[in-house]
Amino acid sequence: MRLSVQEAAFDLGQEANRFANDIKGAGAIVTFTGVVRDNGGQLTAMEIEHYPGMTEKAISGIMEEAVARWDLADALVIHRYGVLAAGEPIMMVATAAPHRGDAFAAAEFLMDYLKSRAPFWKKEISAAGADWVAAKESDEAALTRW
Amino acid sequence: MIEVLYFAWLRERIGTNRERVTTQAATVADLVAELEARSDGHALAFADKTSLRVALDQELADFAAPLAGVREVAFFPPMTGG
Repeated sequence: MRLSVQEAAFDLGQEANRFANDIKGAGAIVTFTGVVRDNGGQLTAMEIEHYPGMTEKAISGIMEEAVARWDLADALVIHRYGVLAAGEPIMMVATAAPHRGDAFAAAEFLMDYLKSRAPFWKKEISAAGADWVAAKESDEAALTRW
Repeated sequence: MIEVLYFAWLRERIGTNRERVTTQAATVADLVAELEARSDGHALAFADKTSLRVALDQELADFAAPLAGVREVAFFPPMTGG
């Protein structure tokens, strides 16, 4: 398992390749990447704030739970903070498992929990001003399916 | 002495990201009542408690949780990761 909370950009292809090359004996790899939306061309930048220390603890806990619940060969989470431009990757999740069912389910579980249990806060900056992104009730509701 | 941390719009409304607080508060709710009285910014930040989350020593908790032995309390809006 690897977790990286970082300000620097990452290369999705490189990270996915490195993850795949390190896996032995898995039949399935799932990756998900979250990207900064441009909001119809209105977005100037996205600022992501986090809680250093708690962020790493919270995500490690979520990853350990995923490994305990599904038959996983490996898991990866990269999540950025700082100032990002539209189109830049914000974060990625990768899971590897003997079969795809476990890899898909664990990736969705990780995403659902990262959304509302990892201490990140997004702020959208546009010409009109800056707004903190509000949490969606549907994100909180998504946790009940697990 | 407790270290109190604020994130996102709470930090902006209060005007600082952390402050040291000397308190006898027994629970998070008691601490919030004390913090609200500190300034107009604090009062505004804590006005709508349903939209607040709290972590005690970096673990999510609720407002009824006891503060005994806690060193770091963080207040923030619902998280928007991913």
